[in-house]
Amino acid sequence: MSRRTPLAKVRGLGSARGGTHHFWMQRVTAVANIALVCFLIGLVLALAGADHATVKRSLARPEIAIPLLLLVLSGVVHMRLGMQTIIEDYVHSEGRKVAALMLNSFFAILVGITCVFAVLKLSFGA
Amino acid sequence: MAESKRAVERPLSPHLSIYRPQINMVMSIIHRLTGGALYFGTLLLAAWLVAAAMGEQQFALVSQIFGHPLGILVLFGYSWALIHHMLGGMRHLLWDTGRGLSLRAVDILSWLTIAGSLALTTAVWAIGLSLRGAL
Repeated sequence: MSRRTPLAKVRGLGSARGGTHHFWMQRVTAVANIALVCFLIGLVLALAGADHATVKRSLARPEIAIPLLLLVLSGVVHMRLGMQTIIEDYVHSEGRKVAALMLNSFFAILVGITCVFAVLKLSFGA
Repeated sequence: MAESKRAVERPLSPHLSIYRPQINMVMSIIHRLTGGALYFGTLLLAAWLVAAAMGEQQFALVSQIFGHPLGILVLFGYSWALIHHMLGGMRHLLWDTGRGLSLRAVDILSWLTIAGSLALTTAVWAIGLSLRGAL
């Protein structure tokens, strides 16, 4: 006999209280990243070897800054989820696992905010 | 406590050391490795953006590092990892729909992933170098 309440069952969140959220966000950001990474490759090819003034002017343009911001956000969420899976797979001691998961979040958020700040600074006048 | 658990000798399923390497297994491992490498490779993008935002001097320094033979090697590796992980990810998205899961399809998709990533990375660098007149 199950001890789960009907409400817990219908919510379908399981023991981690997360349901399919991790899986689904990994997929959503993966699909977004396909387009955004192709954009990045094109951008880097177009700007390879360009001088600072050209790069600055290009990155400040909204049609470049906006996809770049989207790439940073989608990429950072995707990489945080991926590293979380790797940590959960290989780090078994509870204390070290929790510490690694925290560091993972800190790193992803730090890199993300730093990139966003740089792009916004270029856009709004560096 | 750990002792009493080990006393019960349970049968183990065969692990990596038992199997001959197969292409789908190798691609799975490379998918995770490239993902882990890209995690830290994001710092390259961050360095580029921050340098551009900071000023001409900082941008020149980062450009110089990226242009050094070692820098180019790292960038080449980063671009391959990015493209390989993207193709591997597309394979996973296809599998998520329940398609392409026969042994034959898995094998073909695995080979397409590695061949595709090598071809695309070479093409991207060829375009980049020819745009700069280096080819």
